[in-house]
Amino acid sequence: MPVEEANSNLYSGSFHIEGGNFNTAGIVSTNIKSILKKLGIPGDLVRKAAIVSYEAEINVVSYAKKAVVNLMVKPGFVQIEVIDEGPGIPNIELAMQEGWSTADQKIREMGFGAGMGLCNIKNYSDNFHIETEVGKGTHLKMIIHTP
Amino acid sequence: MKVSEIVEALKLETVCGLDNLEKEVTGGYTGDLLSDVMGNAREGYLWVTRQVHQNIVAVASLKELAGIILINSSRPARETIEKAEAEKIPILVSDLPAFELSGRVYNLLTAKNL
Repeated sequence: MPVEEANSNLYSGSFHIEGGNFNTAGIVSTNIKSILKKLGIPGDLVRKAAIVSYEAEINVVSYAKKAVVNLMVKPGFVQIEVIDEGPGIPNIELAMQEGWSTADQKIREMGFGAGMGLCNIKNYSDNFHIETEVGKGTHLKMIIHTP
Repeated sequence: MKVSEIVEALKLETVCGLDNLEKEVTGGYTGDLLSDVMGNAREGYLWVTRQVHQNIVAVASLKELAGIILINSSRPARETIEKAEAEKIPILVSDLPAFELSGRVYNLLTAKNL
């Protein structure tokens, strides 16, 4: 990494999410939240980042094998990337529709799988990008602007 | 209005978070879909729900809610209580169903603001 780039990073780090484990769901988002708080990011933006990362985390736990989360904080923005190894999404347009979900009964009984996760991610991030390949996985990139 | 005042007025049982009842309640949200609450509840809200598993604590903590009220005398899971204690999220229990309980919380909050 070039020195200039390293210097402009307020934070850069990675986390791992284990698919299928609802007991630890939310830990990565909680970590991200406390890191952003410590960096002095305004509370409303920290909560936006928490919503975005939590929904992405729940998607990984619900559907994927595992994922890496990259958090990068630079002057002017927070970037959260979630790269999973999972089934991928056959139809992104459908998946982005509120209420559309492939969650099974067990997930729904817990109050997940309402088909709102990706919508929340899109609504609470300033830039949202999704790439997916069936049988391989999904790559989400979310950016939240900071003052 | 503080959480403790609502606990007293509605005779809620405090299952955990006895030391964290002084937070100011800014509103309320009722729902059992976690993404719904994640998207729509705001900081300082009381959350009325029938979900009792540990993931409700993560939602309440990330959203900085004032507390969780379980309806119909529902009991939180052991892991839920442990997480709530660690995250300092009060878990309260009411014997009322969601509709009635939400109405009473709403009345208390709006009467106080008149």
